[in-house]
Amino acid sequence: MTITAIQEEIIDEFALFDDWMQRYEYMIELGKSLPLINEQYKTDEYIIKGCQSKVWVHAEMQEGKVVFTADSDAIITKGIIAILIRVYSNQTPAAIIEANTAFIDEIGLKEHLSPTRANGLLSMLKQLKMYALAFQAKG
Amino acid sequence: MLDIAKIRADFPILSRKVNGHPLVYFDNAATSQTPTQVIDCIVNYYQHYNANIHRGVHTLSQEATDAYEYARDVICRHFNAKHREEIIFTSGTTHGINLVANGYVSLLNKGDEVIVSALEHHSNIVPWQMLCEKTGAKLKVIPMTDAGELDYAAYKNLVSENTKLVFVNHVSNALGTINPIKEIIELAHTYNAEVLIDGAQAAPHIQADVQALDVDYYVVSAHKMCGPTGVGVLYGKKASLEKLPPYQGGGEMIDQVTFEKTTYAGLPHKFEAGTPNICGGIAFGRAIEYLHEIGFDEIAQYEDELLQYATQELLKIEGLKIYGTAPEKTAVISFNIEGLHPYDIGTIVDKLGIAVRTGHHCAQPIMDYYKIPGTVRASFSFYNTKEEIDDLVKAVKRAKIMLA
Repeated sequence: MTITAIQEEIIDEFALFDDWMQRYEYMIELGKSLPLINEQYKTDEYIIKGCQSKVWVHAEMQEGKVVFTADSDAIITKGIIAILIRVYSNQTPAAIIEANTAFIDEIGLKEHLSPTRANGLLSMLKQLKMYALAFQAKG
Repeated sequence: MLDIAKIRADFPILSRKVNGHPLVYFDNAATSQTPTQVIDCIVNYYQHYNANIHRGVHTLSQEATDAYEYARDVICRHFNAKHREEIIFTSGTTHGINLVANGYVSLLNKGDEVIVSALEHHSNIVPWQMLCEKTGAKLKVIPMTDAGELDYAAYKNLVSENTKLVFVNHVSNALGTINPIKEIIELAHTYNAEVLIDGAQAAPHIQADVQALDVDYYVVSAHKMCGPTGVGVLYGKKASLEKLPPYQGGGEMIDQVTFEKTTYAGLPHKFEAGTPNICGGIAFGRAIEYLHEIGFDEIAQYEDELLQYATQELLKIEGLKIYGTAPEKTAVISFNIEGLHPYDIGTIVDKLGIAVRTGHHCAQPIMDYYKIPGTVRASFSFYNTKEEIDDLVKAVKRAKIMLA
């Protein structure tokens, strides 16, 4: 599936909910299916700065695609990174770099996009794209 | 008895909604809200007598100078300073601390010691680390206890002839502990060490009498006392301030300037280089007057009622733990719920219109002591109500269910 298709799928899912509570509950639910990072990578090297909670992200190339795994010590943050990974994992570096992020607004998480927001959604997005850039540069 | 409904009407922000819910503002330890009386004072300044001070002979400049110096007098009386020139306007507490720390660079030698407490805001630890790096002095730390109090016995062992300066906060920002500063000052003075007290968290709740405390320096910020941001005060004993060199060079702080030599102005102008936050200073004075119109004793009594009520109600939530259980506390509750991240709780509670602080509250050493990533901190002010505390308790319970 392309990034755009996955984004649309997520937008459709979130549209099923009437209020923020249900959306948050769903997000927490999604966090439970996050592909977990190997414990050995839960170090400062893989931590994303700019979050009040801890978020670790690992990336590796598998058959030309970037595969992300992650974890967080906070449940909501875990849900957010799970959504991002669902969108960006198993995609080529070029597709990740080009992808736009408007879907975050559409699923009602816009408030989390502010650069000062303590969960650092913006930092997470940046980090995923940095990994993609690095892999692309390596060729 | 305070008329809370009438007081709340003074604060326009309290009638706004957040995420569809009436705002419940429990982040008073970070910044207090501003009453109409202070807002009007700011508007009045810009509408009627905005001018630079201490130089113009024209009417506006004279009026602005008078209002600014009047504010200094109000602040001087509030803290019971002996001389009005002992009140130095700053940009806030951090500025005041840096001013003293910077001055001490020329007063310390290798082997001298500076004592700070483990209960500090961590940004407050940095100026002393820098001071010690520059001078070769040693930084010593007063440890804390499980209840979140300073270990006074340890302090007694730390202080010595080598101690030149002791820096402690009057009230801990993360836990609300009121520190025994009078005893700390007395003991430091027996070794001829000076004491700087960070009064930022105490100032909205406790009226410090600098002469009774015999404190050498005391720093506060206006924005925690219903005043505007970007302005504060450093109180310093005249003799102490006189021995400190100027902090910044610029206008206002000079007496005579030639390219060969500049002589500095006397107190307080020696430390007030450049055009100050004139409006902020004037509004700070008005904010202090406003607090006195309400009454500091009444404020302390009512906030203590809120603290007791909130403590009792929050503790009914299973798994909730309060950090900082000193008997002497201001109206601050730092808590966690077993198994939950404070950030998650804060996010849900915010969606319900309640402003609390989450995180390490810039006091990482305290969080390290308790081995936690942070806490949820609810801090109350005299314009809060028990009903709002009920809302908080409900919101926390809801968060707990959602996050379980």
